[in-house]
Amino acid sequence: MGEIRNVQIDIIEDAVKSLFLKANTSIGQDIYNALFDGLNKTEESPNGRDVLGQLLKNHDIAREEGVPICQDTGMAVVFLDIGQDVHITGGYIEEAVNRGVAAAYEEGYFRKSVVTDPLFDRRNTGDNTPAVIHTRIVPGRLLHIIVTPKGFGSENMSALKMLTPASGVEGVEEFVADTVIAAGPNPCPPTIVGVGIGGTMEKAAILAKRATLRPVNESHPESRYAELERRILERINRSGIGPAGLGGRITSLAVHIEYAPAHIAGTAVVVNLCCHACRHAQVTL
Amino acid sequence: MEAIPLITPLDTDTVRRLRAGDRVTMSGVVYTARDAAHKRMIEAVEAGRPLPFPLEGQVIYYVGPAPAPPGWAVGPAGPTTSGRMDPYTPKLLELGLKGMIGKGTRSGKVIGAMERYEAVYFGAVGGAAALIAKSVIKTELVAYEDLGPEAIYRFTVSKLPLTVLIDSLGNNLYAQGPKVYRR
Ligand code: SF4
Repeated sequence: MGEIRNVQIDIIEDAVKSLFLKANTSIGQDIYNALFDGLNKTEESPNGRDVLGQLLKNHDIAREEGVPICQDTGMAVVFLDIGQDVHITGGYIEEAVNRGVAAAYEEGYFRKSVVTDPLFDRRNTGDNTPAVIHTRIVPGRLLHIIVTPKGFGSENMSALKMLTPASGVEGVEEFVADTVIAAGPNPCPPTIVGVGIGGTMEKAAILAKRATLRPVNESHPESRYAELERRILERINRSGIGPAGLGGRITSLAVHIEYAPAHIAGTAVVVNLCCHACRHAQVTL
Repeated sequence: MEAIPLITPLDTDTVRRLRAGDRVTMSGVVYTARDAAHKRMIEAVEAGRPLPFPLEGQVIYYVGPAPAPPGWAVGPAGPTTSGRMDPYTPKLLELGLKGMIGKGTRSGKVIGAMERYEAVYFGAVGGAAALIAKSVIKTELVAYEDLGPEAIYRFTVSKLPLTVLIDSLGNNLYAQGPKVYRR
């Protein structure tokens, strides 16, 4: 067993704040490059090219001027991988995360888009908290934080299906492609398609969300899954939906699959759509 | 293809000439409204109260902008998904609304009303929010301040880049565009 390492709560709060400030204002180089290649190599449609050109210009403005890429600065999703030898001191970690979120959304002039109650009094909480926090205890003495502000144009187009084992690979392929194609222009294509397969229904959902975080130029390390990702991507891009849904070759930039062992009686599949403004940032403390 | 310059408010002749797929740049005044503001406007109409702005010839932009950073007229201001406004839209078209700016598909009822009352649905690029904000030169609060980003604002825009998604004959770029590239 390693020695216990103390981590001051303020450090976590500050890290969450600076990660959200960064994620909301500067897109990952992987996505920027994919849009750039789309414009210069792949996209044939004039409308599609016009859209990609606007998106690249938009990313440049956001980065240079430190303003949000998109007005929907999302719900704050935070993944915490906490080493089991870490001892957090000075307060409660979830409160620190929420303080970091509130500070970033205030300082960054980000839109506050969270309401207190989903049904009865949809009152804005005023500071974009609470964050959605996914915590894992992992080996070691480090603390890894990933933040992803999640816009709802794309989140709303996500879907879950409990497939039977008999539906097989083809069943998954069809469900994922159909979900993206049915979403049409709504999730702000070109999208990044996160797919979680296996586990229980909530396990698949979290896998799908994590899958959206993978760099778009990286395919699954296992060749069978990498091949499936490629096939689904091709099928989606044959739809012709294109950038912003105006018609074109590039409807999605990538399909990312994460899987987990499954029950003998079922195959949970979740499709979590992320728009071209698929924002995330991370740090290891 | 050159973008067609448009000045708001829009008259019926201009509206008639626009076709799905046309690229335009819009200058003049547009009003912002999204879910909550639409609900209140329709409640006002039903109660016989006046609307916060006269609809005749006007353009509504479906947007809930981020707060304006120092030196900006408005924060990032890209379009939100228009479909959520569909239940309220036919009534507003009947009252003279000529243009809508948003992203995403519209219902058959909305398209039918656009044909009947001759109106156009324009698309702004979803997520190009900082770029769009650069075209907004002035923001004034019009009504429903308590709704925060969902309040109604009057934006003065200069050369806002848009594409005609659905024209007054019901031609729909979301249907036509992808067809060309489907394989
Ligand atoms: S789906 Fe993404 S790009 Fe589109 S409006 Fe929402 S956050 Fe912005």
